[in-house]
Amino acid sequence: MEESNLKQPAKLIIIAGSAGSLTILFELLPLLEIQPGYSLLIVVHRKSDSDSTLFEILKLKTNNPIIEIEDKQSLTEGMIYLAPADYHLLIENRNLFCLDFSEKVNFSRPSIDVTFESAARIFKKDTIGILLSGANEDGSQGLLTLKQYGGYTIVQAPHTAQVSVMPDAAIRLNAFDKIMTPAEILDFLNTVQEKLG
Amino acid sequence: MVAEGDIDTLLDDIYRIHGYDFLNYSRSSLIRRINRIYGMDKFPSFAELRYKVQTDPEYVVKFVQELTVNVTEMFRDPHFYHSLRNNVIPYLASKPFIRIWHAGCSTGEEVFSVAILLKEAGLLHKSLIYGTDINAKVLENIKKGVFPINHLKQYSENYIASGGKEDFSNYYTANYGQAKFKEELSKKIIISTHNLVSDGSFNEFDLILCRNVLIYFNKELQDCVLNLLDNSLASLGYLALGSKETLKFSVIAPQYRQLNSEKIWRKAT
Repeated sequence: MEESNLKQPAKLIIIAGSAGSLTILFELLPLLEIQPGYSLLIVVHRKSDSDSTLFEILKLKTNNPIIEIEDKQSLTEGMIYLAPADYHLLIENRNLFCLDFSEKVNFSRPSIDVTFESAARIFKKDTIGILLSGANEDGSQGLLTLKQYGGYTIVQAPHTAQVSVMPDAAIRLNAFDKIMTPAEILDFLNTVQEKLG
Repeated sequence: MVAEGDIDTLLDDIYRIHGYDFLNYSRSSLIRRINRIYGMDKFPSFAELRYKVQTDPEYVVKFVQELTVNVTEMFRDPHFYHSLRNNVIPYLASKPFIRIWHAGCSTGEEVFSVAILLKEAGLLHKSLIYGTDINAKVLENIKKGVFPINHLKQYSENYIASGGKEDFSNYYTANYGQAKFKEELSKKIIISTHNLVSDGSFNEFDLILCRNVLIYFNKELQDCVLNLLDNSLASLGYLALGSKETLKFSVIAPQYRQLNSEKIWRKAT
């Protein structure tokens, strides 16, 4: 729903990954305080059936409001959003998400590249992209696009990743501004408010 | 990459010259699709793509087919079909004649899935399923009932997960990499091109399926299309949408009651 009375986020932070990324999200979320001014979007490769077990688990891990996205979900500040299973997630405008059930990209739907590229187009320099552990190269190209549009990009330090194919690919493309350990990523997210100012 | 201003120009050409109206489609998705075609067909410049679209009607048919998404499978979202099988089909049994419309059915895998559900409920003989899509080309195979065989294993698993008790291979004959589905299914299916954006209502139905079509439209167009579907649905009829689509914020929501957690609504009056 388009709710123009609700405030659109000044920044969109996207945290994305595949194999090995959920453990990190499970550790991060309980320690994370989402502040007004931005929203956090989670895009992870997950089983294609649309059961919402992952959403239920994430909901238990956080005190922040969290929503699993449906078609034309409004995008407002101070929220955590989860990309649904088996759809590509696009950003239609600064207030609105949009779904797409087209061909898989990098054998993945949702594809992290698709969401990064779509966010780059709309939020441009107001995007922060974080790419975590994963077993394929989805996300690296999109992260590069994000960086080229002026967004800030972070890659999980490969030696801390359960599977480093994904962060390695992003590093190879030079798609990162900073390489961080999970602890540094948490610290970054919890102080992002000050950095935004 | 096609520049955003050029996208508007192109959509305007397609509407003005060929009558296909994509102006109220979700822009983010269209931009992806157009750039995909631009890359696939290796146009050296936007001007050449534009010239092709302006002057080659055959190419436009192909272009529209690529622009719209034609990804589907049999018994897609098995739990949805489980619910359709148990919570909807039995309530259609008392009707003397059952009319079903699958709007935006693409290559028709889900149309055959519904035909199989009706067959197993003993209702196929008094049913007609209308499958419509904007692309004439994708509809061609439905009439023949022929699908590529390499997906049949997945479809069979989906079928079982949807509560199917038969041997799925009883429904088709495999031949030269293709599966031909039984004629008793295809003869109950009527196909036709229909553009949800520009064409009107053409009959009254007891069940309308429109799955993963509305996601490509903006809010205004979604409401127009939902009105069209509402006008085509008998009272107490059922409307089924895709697993991440909702009636919740739509203009027709007050007249509808959602059945359960699946995306199936029943018209109240």
